[in-house]
Amino acid sequence: MYTSIAELTNAAVSRALTVGAAVREQEALDLDQSQDVVICRMQERLAVMRDSVGRGLAGVRSRSGLTGGDARRMAEARTRIASGHATATGAPMLIGGEPLTSAIAYALAVAEVNAGMGRIVAAPTAGSCGVLPGVLFSVGEIRGAGDAELVDALFAAGGVGAVIARSSTLAGAAGGCQAECGAAAAMAAAAAVEIAGGTPEQCADAVALAFKGLLGLVCDPVAGLVEVPCIKRNATSVAVALAAADMALAGIRSVIPADEVIWAMGAIGRELPASLRETALGGLAATPTGKRIASEINMVRDDAVVGIIR
Amino acid sequence: MNGVFDIIGPIMVGPSSSHTAGAVRLGLAARAIVGGRPSRAALALHGSFAQTYRGHGTDVALIAGILGMRPDDERIPDSFHVAREQGMEFTFSRADLGDVHPNSVLMELTGPNGSQTTVGGSSVGGGNILITRIDRFDVDFTGTSHALIVSYRDQPGVIAKITSLLATENVNIAAMRVSREGRHARALAIIELDQPVSKEAGALIKRISGIDTVIALPPVVSE
Repeated sequence: MYTSIAELTNAAVSRALTVGAAVREQEALDLDQSQDVVICRMQERLAVMRDSVGRGLAGVRSRSGLTGGDARRMAEARTRIASGHATATGAPMLIGGEPLTSAIAYALAVAEVNAGMGRIVAAPTAGSCGVLPGVLFSVGEIRGAGDAELVDALFAAGGVGAVIARSSTLAGAAGGCQAECGAAAAMAAAAAVEIAGGTPEQCADAVALAFKGLLGLVCDPVAGLVEVPCIKRNATSVAVALAAADMALAGIRSVIPADEVIWAMGAIGRELPASLRETALGGLAATPTGKRIASEINMVRDDAVVGIIR
Repeated sequence: MNGVFDIIGPIMVGPSSSHTAGAVRLGLAARAIVGGRPSRAALALHGSFAQTYRGHGTDVALIAGILGMRPDDERIPDSFHVAREQGMEFTFSRADLGDVHPNSVLMELTGPNGSQTTVGGSSVGGGNILITRIDRFDVDFTGTSHALIVSYRDQPGVIAKITSLLATENVNIAAMRVSREGRHARALAIIELDQPVSKEAGALIKRISGIDTVIALPPVVSE
C-alpha cells in the first residue's frame, strides 16, 4: 500500500501506469488476490453506486422527513433545459452545464438515498457518499467511459483516500467535514483526472487543489442527523472537485504538494473546537432554525419513546 | 486496515456508519452471544444513541442486527415489521449508562432457550464496535475476529485446559481476558482467535470440568 500521494504518483509514472491501475495492482498484491478478483469487488461497489443514483433521482424521503426530493428536482430542471422547454416558457436557465448539472443531481441522489436508509457505498464515509459517484458518473458520461475505466477511477480515488486515512483522518468527529466531504472531493478529483486521461502528476495536483478548496470545512449537522447541511454539501463539493480536476488538466500546479495539504487538513482538524466536529453544538446546528428543527425532532422522539412496548 | 476497499466501502444501509452500521453490528454480536434469535429484547439507549436514534435509524438497526441482518441488508428500515412477523417482542428506553461511550446500548435479551443475558456495547466510529459488558462482567472485544466466550466456575486449571485444547486444534489465540465475580465464583473468559473453533472442539471445551457455557462467536465486523 502507498503511504503518500508522492509515492503513489511516482510508482504510476515509473511503471507507465495510470494512478488507478497502479493502485489496483498494488491492492491485488497487498490482499494476495488476483486482478480479476479485485476488479470484481470494485465492480460490485460500482453497481451499488449506480443503483443508488437511480433510486435517488426517482425521489426518496429521509426517515426524519427533513430532507429528500431535491435530486429529483435537480434532474427535472436538467431535463427541462435539455428539452428546450425552459427557454420556451421563459423559465430561468440552469447555468452550470455538463458535467456539473448531472454531478449535482447524482450527488444529491446518493446522499438522499443514504439519509433515507437506502443502500450506498461509503466513499469514504456514509455522510460524504454522494461526492464520488456524482463526479464519477457525470464525467464518465461526457467521456463515454466504460465500466473498466470507471472501476480504475474508483481505484484511483480509493488509493488517494487510503493515503488520507493513513496520514490524517476521514472522520468528521476528528477532523470536521473537511475530513469527509473534503476528502471525498479530493478523491473524486483524482477519479475525474483518471477518466479524462490525465497524467499521475495532474492527478496529484487535482487532489491538492480540491482539498485546498475545502480546508477548514466544519461538521455542524442540524439535530445531529446526516441531512442538513450534509446532503447539499455533497452537491457543492462536486463543483470543487470538477474545478480542481479542470485546473489540473489545464496544467495548473498546486503550489503546496498534495501530501502537505493532507497534513494541513489533519492539523486544522486538531485545532477545530469540539463544537464543530460532529457534536451538533455549533455552526449551522446552533442557528435559530437549526435549534428549532432539533427541538421539533426531539419532541417527536419523546412521543415515540412513550408507549415503548411494540 | 484502510485498504482501498475500506475507503470505497463498506456497502451499507445509511445514514451513518456509527449510528446505523455500527448499531447493526452490536445487534449481530448480541444475537451471537445469546446463541440465536431472542424471543424478547429490551434495549436501553445512552447518550448520542438516545438523542438521535430516530433520525439515524439506530433503533431499527439494532433490531435488524438482533434478527441476523448484515449492515447492507435493505430490510433494515423494516426490521420492526420483520420482528413482529417472527414473534420477537422488543422495547426501547433511554437510559444513563454512566461513564460509557456516547454511542452505547444495553440489551437485555431472552435467548432462544429462555435464558436471560445482558449485553452492553458501544459503536466507536466508522462502523466499528466494542462489546463492553456481558451479564455482570466487564468485557472488551471488537467483534473483528473469531471469539470464544466461556462461562465457568473459578478454579485452578480451567484456562490451561481450554488453551491446551485450542493448541491441539491449531487455533491461535490473539487476545484473552479473564474476569470473575469472586474467588470460586462465576467467571468469564473472552478468547479472541485467529481461526474459528470447530463444533467438535467447542463440545470438548464444554466438557471440561467447571465450564457452564461455551459460545463460539463469528466476526461481526467484516463484509
